[in-house]
Amino acid sequence: MSVLSGRAPASPPGTALTGPITPALRPRRRSRGTGGMSTRVGWLFILPNLIGFLIFTLVPLIGGVGISFTDWNVISGLSGIKWVGLQNFAELITDGTFWAAVGRTVIYAGVGVPLTMAGGLVLALCLNGPVFGRAVLRVIFFIPHIVSSIALGFVWLILLHPTAGLVNLALESLGINDPPGWLVSQQWSLLSLVFITSWAGMGFHAVIFLSAMQALPTELYEAAELDGAGAWTRFTTITWRALMPTTTFLFIMSLIGHSQGFGLIAFLTQGGPGDSSTTLSYLMYQTGFQNYRFGDAAAMGMLSFVGVLLLTVFFWRFQRGRGLYT
Amino acid sequence: MISTEVTGGPVGVKTKLVPRRRRRNRTTYVIKSILLWTFSLLFLLPFAWMVSSSLKRNIDVFSIPPKWIPNPIEWANYVEVWLHGDPSMAIFFSNSITVSLIGVLGDLTTASMAGYAFARLSFAGRDKIFLLYLATAIVPSQLLLIPRFMFFQQLGLYKTLWALILPGIFTVFGTFLCRQAFLSLPGEFGEAARIDGAGEWRVFFNVYLPQIRPTLAALGIISFVGSWNDYEGPLIMLSDKELFTVPLGLTRFVDADGGLSAGFAMAGSVSSVIPIMIIFLLFQRQFIAALASSGLK
Repeated sequence: MSVLSGRAPASPPGTALTGPITPALRPRRRSRGTGGMSTRVGWLFILPNLIGFLIFTLVPLIGGVGISFTDWNVISGLSGIKWVGLQNFAELITDGTFWAAVGRTVIYAGVGVPLTMAGGLVLALCLNGPVFGRAVLRVIFFIPHIVSSIALGFVWLILLHPTAGLVNLALESLGINDPPGWLVSQQWSLLSLVFITSWAGMGFHAVIFLSAMQALPTELYEAAELDGAGAWTRFTTITWRALMPTTTFLFIMSLIGHSQGFGLIAFLTQGGPGDSSTTLSYLMYQTGFQNYRFGDAAAMGMLSFVGVLLLTVFFWRFQRGRGLYT
Repeated sequence: MISTEVTGGPVGVKTKLVPRRRRRNRTTYVIKSILLWTFSLLFLLPFAWMVSSSLKRNIDVFSIPPKWIPNPIEWANYVEVWLHGDPSMAIFFSNSITVSLIGVLGDLTTASMAGYAFARLSFAGRDKIFLLYLATAIVPSQLLLIPRFMFFQQLGLYKTLWALILPGIFTVFGTFLCRQAFLSLPGEFGEAARIDGAGEWRVFFNVYLPQIRPTLAALGIISFVGSWNDYEGPLIMLSDKELFTVPLGLTRFVDADGGLSAGFAMAGSVSSVIPIMIIFLLFQRQFIAALASSGLK
């Protein structure tokens, strides 16, 4: 439980205490066992990582924000940077292509995130109890999470082949004539990608949910059962509320995953057919790395970031006070 | 703390319920098992099909009716993919191993040191810096890739493996995970060692680091898998085929006009999955435990 409280647990019995007072009586700062540390040592330990963080994350991030206020075609090198203020954003807001991509991202995430999370939760609930071959099942559901999106993409590419893929051959044998073309059809390409993404992420969600469930104290359930609570009541009053922090974490992870989802789209459909699966992240890649309009791409990145941030904050506030541990 | 009041009922009350509950449990056990194993086919069959197709001639992959057992069994796909082609899978593998291994070793070094400092040492601005770390976690990767691309171009590292290796050595996630692990250890170890005259580095290296071995193993795998499977980074940073990593190398089985050498593609995909799969199966317990701990904030 120390992970939750972020505080070191009191020493186990039998550990010789060298300090004059027991940890429980110490102020919080000291209980982390800092034992009169000089500031310099802390900085030395953090330095290698911090330098890398500054060079490869923080400075690029600030640079990315800066670039979004410029008009810059990379071909002309560093001299070609022109400061244009909010012009990129103003252009984007009136740009139909941009809004279409935003709409597709909303569909991609709006269908994909709930689907992945609900699937993961249901799987976890089923696995949280006696089931034949539970450990093996857990591994099976998790496998897509560790396989590269290109290898997954290849499998689905041949499974969803419009005329000779296993999926459509199965559908035809069930009497469905003229099944959809999936990845090569304007109507179905985005939904096919949603399905593949959710399929690949579900097991990861299930495993995380399951670990959180197994950390819950059984006394709660026993007490609820004695009070005559049925399975559904037990789920809504205990499990669901106790899982809130985990749900929040997975929601954020999944939202980031969907709003930045790139590998599968780039490999399977290149945003097509037409632009039927061009989500915001793919449009950003096209704008920046195929058309070399860095300013516009960075501005899209900023807007996408703001969107994810707002949704994250919103979800955070929504779940606050609904958890079991508050 | 927990707001629900827990009352321990007398044990005798429960014994009455046991027979009926056990019967119900047997039924749910059977139904749940059947449902879950049926659902697992959705995860097993695609991979089985991948292996099966990797042993078929390119023209047989899309045969109608589909065959689960390849006939003839075409081991030559693997030979072709690994030894031929320009460049071969062997080259992609050695590039991937280079990038992933250096990245993992570097990540373990810098993340464990920084995680230790964030958890166990105090210095000015420690918590503010850590918050800054966390805040960058939800920045879209594309926003970082543009300036990184420019940066590597200026340094002359664009189109080299260093453009992939360097960012992998310094991860926010690794630092976060190590900090979590160090926080769960009591501070007394260090104090005892310091009183015995151990220096700060020894306290870290000999006292604390061995305690978080499972976390380090897990971080090593997570970091390895992440860099092994990365597609967007190599796609943007590399252009020379000789330097391609495995995921980028796999895409060469689709030619420019969308034609697919399906048998080769599947043989390549199976090859790319096997090393990751072996590592995962060996360490899956630590891997999953560490992932789960990162979700408990």
